[in-house]
Amino acid sequence: MSKILMKGNEAVGEAAIRAGCLHFFGYPITPQSEVPEYLARRLPEVGGVFVQAESEVAASNMIYGAAGVGVRVLTTSSSPGISLMAEALSYIAACELPVVLVNMMRAGPGLGGILPAQGDYLQATKGTAHGDFHLIVLAPSSVQEAVNLVMLAFELAEKYRNPAMVIGDGMIGQMMEPVEFPEPAVGKPLDPGDWALTGCKDRPRRIVNSLYLDPEACNRHNLKLTEKWRRITEAEQRSESVYLDEPCDILITSFGMTYRICKTAADELRAEGVKVGLFRPITLAPFPYAACRAAADRCDRILDVEMNMGQMLEDVKLAVEGTKPIDFLGTAGGVVPSPEDVAKKIREVLDRRTPSKKAPRAQRKTKDRA
Amino acid sequence: MKKIFTSTQLLVDRPTHYCPGCTHGVIHRLVAEVIEELGIRERTVGIAPVGCSVLAYEYFNVDMFEASHGRAPAVATGAKRARPDLIVFSYQGDGDLASIGMGEIVHAANRGEKITVVFVNNAIYGMTGGQMAPTTMPGQYSTTTPGGRDVNLVGYPVRVAELIGSLRTPAFVARAAVHTPKEILRAKEYLRQAFAHQVAGRCFSLVEILSICPTNWGLSARESEKWLEREMKPYYPLGIIKEPPAAEAEVSRG
Repeated sequence: MSKILMKGNEAVGEAAIRAGCLHFFGYPITPQSEVPEYLARRLPEVGGVFVQAESEVAASNMIYGAAGVGVRVLTTSSSPGISLMAEALSYIAACELPVVLVNMMRAGPGLGGILPAQGDYLQATKGTAHGDFHLIVLAPSSVQEAVNLVMLAFELAEKYRNPAMVIGDGMIGQMMEPVEFPEPAVGKPLDPGDWALTGCKDRPRRIVNSLYLDPEACNRHNLKLTEKWRRITEAEQRSESVYLDEPCDILITSFGMTYRICKTAADELRAEGVKVGLFRPITLAPFPYAACRAAADRCDRILDVEMNMGQMLEDVKLAVEGTKPIDFLGTAGGVVPSPEDVAKKIREVLDRRTPSKKAPRAQRKTKDRA
Repeated sequence: MKKIFTSTQLLVDRPTHYCPGCTHGVIHRLVAEVIEELGIRERTVGIAPVGCSVLAYEYFNVDMFEASHGRAPAVATGAKRARPDLIVFSYQGDGDLASIGMGEIVHAANRGEKITVVFVNNAIYGMTGGQMAPTTMPGQYSTTTPGGRDVNLVGYPVRVAELIGSLRTPAFVARAAVHTPKEILRAKEYLRQAFAHQVAGRCFSLVEILSICPTNWGLSARESEKWLEREMKPYYPLGIIKEPPAAEAEVSRG
């Protein structure tokens, strides 16, 4: 199939159909409403089901019901809506059901704004809702990658029976880029396996449940989920390292659309002879700590750039373990940093490289004398 | 010898956690018998709520979900839309359905989801220890209305069957009770009609069932039955509240 020009949100909807997902339950919210709009038109054409729920709370429980009876199912939303879905995601993860959700992040906190942001990193990767569970979180940096990662999200969700989230931002949802979709036009349906509630004909009844009143049983269930996450962490880390064949003066860490901006800035500086390397996680969870550390080891220092107030920064720090100085450039509220902003910050960080290296030594000496 | 009675195979043979005198057990059995008699066990999926009947998934011998508090109609929507051949029912109490889950039940009914809702109204929160429910009677004592329900402060009890029945979308809505043998038989008939409407792919169906809670009402089972008759029944009239157009004859045949 040749490339077509498509809006990110619509491409997400089409990618789901290509992955064989014919069930969508969702609620309108800017900047992702083109996903339900697209699927409201497309799903009936391919014999699928589209339901506009009365709320994100209901939508997330509808996907719980649909996944529980063994069909491939999608919901999409944006930041405040994801907060409303959090409770159901905890149930879905506890019940080990495969669902895919997409969060086209907007500015927060509260009602925030409708412009692009990345303020839900920690919510997606660490503390989505109550209890010990993890989402698999994939962050695309182009419309084509959004398509690829939506399809991968279904694959991973089903392989591990764990909810998977594709996390983009308003930019990736709203912009148009050329995309290519794999064949066939409609993917094969999900095999309901030995867990789905399909009616107990010729088999013992099944129960989809997350209530464990016996503490030992609840503990065992948590250990089982933890062991599953260990396997996911071991097998599914994905990341991209750029310009790191040779040692670099500085490593830029970023994710999603921010990476594209940083890449432009890096290319401009590299043309001037500044050695800038780039690292971005594609799986925000599981976070590729080892790959991030390896990238950091090739560079003198790190600049982390995000459209939030420093959320992935915590994971970068964990990966680097204090071995390299880390600076941060963050914007919020829908303010998108320009490549010039990033380049300026890189120059600023590198310009104070020498004094900043001396400063700690001087301080140490002072301390020693005292 | 001719066998004239056997217990339903639709209930798992095990003790329940319900308090002595509670009528959840009676309602469980009615639902189970109806599913068995309609011959739909092998394609039925039930949804347990949060509340006293949270463990209903342990008792109904069919595929079961446990839903989060109040969201059973949304879970039912997802299941039924994904597999329309399934017979999907939710079993919910008054706190679950009429308080935290009011949004889900109204919109599932208004969309005309082809599901069956068994709504147990005992005018109190049982599992959490006797707090006020949306259906608690005016003046009724609960642990959060220590002076009795004051309608000037918290409004009047919600009549769920009438509220759902007021929607334009076709539905089968009825209210029954299980405090006398006669009413138990009527409750079973309403449940049978409710499920039959779903089997026919006709409409949303809801049966509200007035139930007793001796533990949290602070009454004996006998006194509770009398209290239901005297206090609840006049406020929550029994009977069919709404039927889909021209469906009566077809469904009452069975």
